[in-house]
Amino acid sequence: MKILVCIKQVPDSAQIRVHPVTNTIMRQGVPTIINPYDLFSLEEALKLRDKFGGEVTVLTMGPPMASEALRKALAIGADRAILLTDRSFAGSDTLATTYALSQAIRKIEQVYGAQDIVFAGKQTIDGDTAQVGPGVAKRLDILQLTYVSKIESCDPDKREIILERRAEGGVQVLKTKLPCLITMLEGSNEVRRGTIDDSLRAARAQIVTWSAKDAEIADLTKCGLKGSPTIVKKVFAPTPRTERAALIEPAKTSADTAEALIGAIFARSASLEEDMTKLASGF
Amino acid sequence: MSQAPAPQPASRASAKKELPEHFRGYKHVWVFIEQERGEVHPVSWELLGAGRKLADKLGVQLCGAVLGAPGEATRAAIAEAFRYGADVAYLVEDPILSDYRNESYSKALTQLVNAHKPEILLLGATTLGRDLAGSVATTLLTGLTADCTELAVDADGSLAATRPTFGGSLLCTIYTLNYRPQMATVRPRQMPMPPRDAARVGQVIPFKADLNEDEIITKILKFIPDRDSTKSNLAFADVVVAGGLGLQSAENFQLVRNLASVLGAEFGGSRPLVQKGWIGSDRQIGQTGKTIRPKLYIAAGISGAIQHRVGVEGADMILAINTDKNAPIFDFAHLGVVTDAIRLLPALTEAFRKRLSPHNRDRLAG
Repeated sequence: MKILVCIKQVPDSAQIRVHPVTNTIMRQGVPTIINPYDLFSLEEALKLRDKFGGEVTVLTMGPPMASEALRKALAIGADRAILLTDRSFAGSDTLATTYALSQAIRKIEQVYGAQDIVFAGKQTIDGDTAQVGPGVAKRLDILQLTYVSKIESCDPDKREIILERRAEGGVQVLKTKLPCLITMLEGSNEVRRGTIDDSLRAARAQIVTWSAKDAEIADLTKCGLKGSPTIVKKVFAPTPRTERAALIEPAKTSADTAEALIGAIFARSASLEEDMTKLASGF
Repeated sequence: MSQAPAPQPASRASAKKELPEHFRGYKHVWVFIEQERGEVHPVSWELLGAGRKLADKLGVQLCGAVLGAPGEATRAAIAEAFRYGADVAYLVEDPILSDYRNESYSKALTQLVNAHKPEILLLGATTLGRDLAGSVATTLLTGLTADCTELAVDADGSLAATRPTFGGSLLCTIYTLNYRPQMATVRPRQMPMPPRDAARVGQVIPFKADLNEDEIITKILKFIPDRDSTKSNLAFADVVVAGGLGLQSAENFQLVRNLASVLGAEFGGSRPLVQKGWIGSDRQIGQTGKTIRPKLYIAAGISGAIQHRVGVEGADMILAINTDKNAPIFDFAHLGVVTDAIRLLPALTEAFRKRLSPHNRDRLAG
C-alpha cells in the first residue's frame, strides 16, 4: 500500500508566552513538535504498511525549519519525507493551504505512484480548525472519513476499508472504498517510538524539498494571502472584565477560608444554594 | 453529478470590500440545523439565537437549513427551529439523508446554498458540523472561520467572526469580504440558548437535492449508540469543578473528583492535564475541549489562559483558587482566593457537605 500522511510542525503551545506589554507572541525559544493529533494518523499509516507492505510518505508545508518535524516522523518509522516550502505560501488560510497540499499530493502521485490512503491530523493544536483534512479530501475528490477511532479491516485488493467513526451520540461503522482521506481520533492507537535503525536512517535521510515550482503548483494566485478568502483584520488580547475577581482573604485555617468562600458564593446568588442543595442530594 | 458549479471567486482577496457582482444577490442568514438519528443538536438552537441578532442587524431573514429523512423527526426539527427564531426553513427531505454521511450531506447542502444563496452560513463545531463545513466551504471556494467565540455584523454589513488564535493566547477577528457565503462554525455552549416561543411559526421552502444512493460510496453498516453512563455531561452541567497544573500531581486530581462528587457536579480539567494523561480528553474544558455554561464553576489550580477562558466565560459564577495572585484567571473570575488548592479543596469539600446536607435542605424549605 502507498500511504501519505500530512503533518504540521507546531509550537509546543504549553510553552507559548505573550509579551506582557506589546501583547505579541514571544516565539523565540519555543520548541516545536509534530502536531500531536498527527501522530495518531502516522501510527495508523505505519500499522497498515507493516501489515500489507508498501511505503509511508510524510508531507508537510511550512518554513524550511519544518524539515525537523519530517525528520522526527522518519525516526518514528516513515519511509520518505517531503517538505513543501515557498514564500508564496505565506499567510495561507485553510482554503489556500488545502490547495497547495492537494497540488503537492498530485505531484507525489506522479513521482512516487498513486496513494491508497491520505491521512491527516484531526486538527492542529495551533490553528485548531479541523478543516484542512476535509478540504484536502474535497480538493482531491476522494472520500473523507474524519474522527476515525478504529480501522476494522482493509482489503487493498478489493479496494475496501471498514472503519469506526465517532459521531454525535455514538459510533458509525462505515464501509467505503480506497482511495480515501482519514483523520484519526486521539488515543485511537499507541504511537510507537521507532527503532534505533529508524533513528539512524532519519538522521542521514535526505528530505525531499519542493518549492511551488518543483511541486508544479498550477495557480499561484490560489496560494498564500492572495488565495485566502479570509482576512485577519485584528489580533488582540482579551479585555479583562471591568472588575477583577473579588478576592476572599485566606483565613487562619482552610476550614475557615472554605466557610468564608461558601458564604460569599451564596451571598452573590440566593437561588444557587437551593439549586445546589437539590443537586447534592441527587435531585 | 449534475451539481451547479460554484461561482468563480474574485481573483484576489484584499482587505477592501469589493464584492463581485455575482455575489451581490447573496442574502439572509442561515443556520444549518444539525440532526442526527432523529435528534437536533442543541447547538443549532444556540446558533439561531446568535443568527437572529445578525439577521436583525442586517435587516434580513433568519433561515434554518434542515436536511434529513422524510418523517416525523425532520418535521419536528422545523417546527422547533421556528420556535427558536427562524423565519424560514429550507427543507431537504430524502431517505439518503437519514444518517449523516459526508458525501450525501455535503452535496445536498452545497446544492441548497448554490440555489438559494445565503450571505452568512453558520454551523455547529461538532464532529458532524466540522466534517461538513470544511467540505462545503472548499467546494464553494469561500472562507470559513472555525470555532468562533463571537459573531457580529460591522458597519458595512460584513460578518466579523472572532476566534482564539495562536494556541489560544490571543483573539483575532476574521472577515470573508469578497466571497459568499461567509461561513463560520461555533462550538456547542459558546452562545446562550435563545428564548423559545411555542406559538411562533414560519415558512417552509422545500428543496429537491440531486442525490442518488448508487453514487454514494460510503455505506453505514452499523450505528453503536453511546451508553449514557460512559458519556460525560460536562457541557450541560449546572455545577462544574475543574483542576489544573496547580494540583501538581495526578493523585491530587482526586481532590477535584471528591468535591464534584459531594456537589453532584461534573468534573474536568485544563488542557495540560489531558496532555499529561491525568484525565481523558472528554473531560477537557476550553477551546479544544468542552465549552461549559454552568451556574457555578470552580477552577482549582488553573491559571486561566485564553484557550481555557473562552470555554468557561459563559458560567454564571466563576470561583478561582490559585496560588499566583497575578494569574489571568482572576481577570475573569467573579470570586477568587489566593491560596493552595491542594490544601483548600478538602476543606471546601467538607464545608459544602455540611452546608448542603438534607438537614439544611429542610431548614431551607421550612
